Amino acid sequence: MSDELYQEHILDHFESPYHKGVLENPTCAHRDKNPICGDEVELALKVDEEGIVREAWFQGHGCAISQAAASMLVEEIEGKSIDELREFDAQQMLDLLKVQLTATRQKCGLLGFKVLKTMVYSLDGTPAVK
Amino acid sequence: MTKTVLQQPLDVEAVRRDFPILGKPLAEGRPLVYLDNGATAQKPKCVIDKVTECYENYNANVHRGVHTLGDRVTTELENARETVRNLLNAAAVEEVIFTPGTTASINLVANGWGRKFLSKGDEILVNLMEHHANLVPWQQVAAATGAKLTYLPLTPDGRLDMAKLDGVLNEKTKIVAVTGMSNVLGTINPVAELARRAHDAGAVILVDAAQSVPHHPTDVQEADIDFLAFSGHKIYGPTGVGVLYGKAALLDAMDPFLGGGNMIRYVYQDRFEPADLPAKFEAGTLPVAQAVALGTAIDYVTSLGFDAIAAHEHQLTVHAHERLSEIPGLTIFGPAPEHKGSIVSFAVDGLHSHDMGELLDRKGVEIRVGHHCTMPLHEWLQVSSTSRASFAFYNTLEEVDALADAVQYARKVFRLS
Repeated sequence: MSDELYQEHILDHFESPYHKGVLENPTCAHRDKNPICGDEVELALKVDEEGIVREAWFQGHGCAISQAAASMLVEEIEGKSIDELREFDAQQMLDLLKVQLTATRQKCGLLGFKVLKTMVYSLDGTPAVK
Repeated sequence: MTKTVLQQPLDVEAVRRDFPILGKPLAEGRPLVYLDNGATAQKPKCVIDKVTECYENYNANVHRGVHTLGDRVTTELENARETVRNLLNAAAVEEVIFTPGTTASINLVANGWGRKFLSKGDEILVNLMEHHANLVPWQQVAAATGAKLTYLPLTPDGRLDMAKLDGVLNEKTKIVAVTGMSNVLGTINPVAELARRAHDAGAVILVDAAQSVPHHPTDVQEADIDFLAFSGHKIYGPTGVGVLYGKAALLDAMDPFLGGGNMIRYVYQDRFEPADLPAKFEAGTLPVAQAVALGTAIDYVTSLGFDAIAAHEHQLTVHAHERLSEIPGLTIFGPAPEHKGSIVSFAVDGLHSHDMGELLDRKGVEIRVGHHCTMPLHEWLQVSSTSRASFAFYNTLEEVDALADAVQYARKVFRLS
């Protein structure tokens, strides 16, 4: 963990995010925002018959931390099963970021994670493909 | 009562020494550049000392004990009420109600006046620059009474579009709720003209003066204001205390808002008779030490003189506009300095306000970021959030330069060129 928040990898993800855009015909999608600062993240997943995430995309706007974290998150979860996503915890998300976040900024860094958790917990055990 | 006494220009360095916090560096020795005065102002030593004096020497409840301490603290509180009356040039001291703050003051009017006098078909005239504190209570009272909110449009540069007032102010309008000074745009609104026009239409006017009272002279009689709300902590006083000014006839006609001790004349088993003003609206124990020290804060500010304060703060605002305008990709929201007080809200392309706030803090520059409790205004501005620097009389031109330099630093960190 580093004290310096705005490291290269954060800014790289912020400037050139992974899979930022619209995913057509997603299996599931969910959006949330941080009402205090207006940061917004929407996640959309394409999940196959075996329950594996084939594609993960995000849309949103907000600070570099919230948007870089969402980018890292969608990159991380592709290829994982829904069961694995249920196990994925906040510490793993913070580990991906590799920077020390204050309590206030954890809300930014965990926004996409929160969207993911809400989404996977709202799915039943066997995700239905639309 | 316009104060036209010739005043000395501010000795800013001397004034700064009155504020203990301004001399205390942040971590790693960074000097504090406090530019978040619109959120809350710092406290001079005399205010801090007054709170301590109150607790150490005459702490008691007011208007209750017939003992020495009770008498002393009641006298101190009523002196503070008179200081507020003088600040606002209210006609009578009982028109000054102590509340927990601006939000509580506006809610008091929305409930005590609005629920009694508004009904279906009535209109409440607001506008997009209002703080949520002067919007949400009216939405609540509209939902409860069947009244509806109407909006006076803004000009593209963020002033009230007075040319469109006739289109929205009519016999259905019962109250005009307006800020004296926008907490985002800095816009100073023509409240005296709005009061005249409101009265011509048979409406009353409420002014949210949280941002204006600390920086400019206020005269509720000259401007013919019906209700005016402000907070102690933004005028260099303690948190937890604020003021509602209301014309006595209006306050008398209103229902009490909070019921409880002190606000009654007599309580029977099945009913009560309310007390006279101001006690009618001061149920429960007041923030006593805070109200007493608010009087001290007002004495301090008025001793500096509003003319001197406004002149210095205007200079800071003009300088901030000049320095920030030099920065590529930076947009300032709100009108030109001649139409506003000492608030400068801005956004930089490619740099979210949260990141801006964090990076400015690295340079000791403390600003506010976010939507500043004005979501509808930010939608109108078509930005999700802004960064806001708000100046007080103890700020310096060098601190404005530090702000501009820190914004450049933030751009550099974000690899913007």
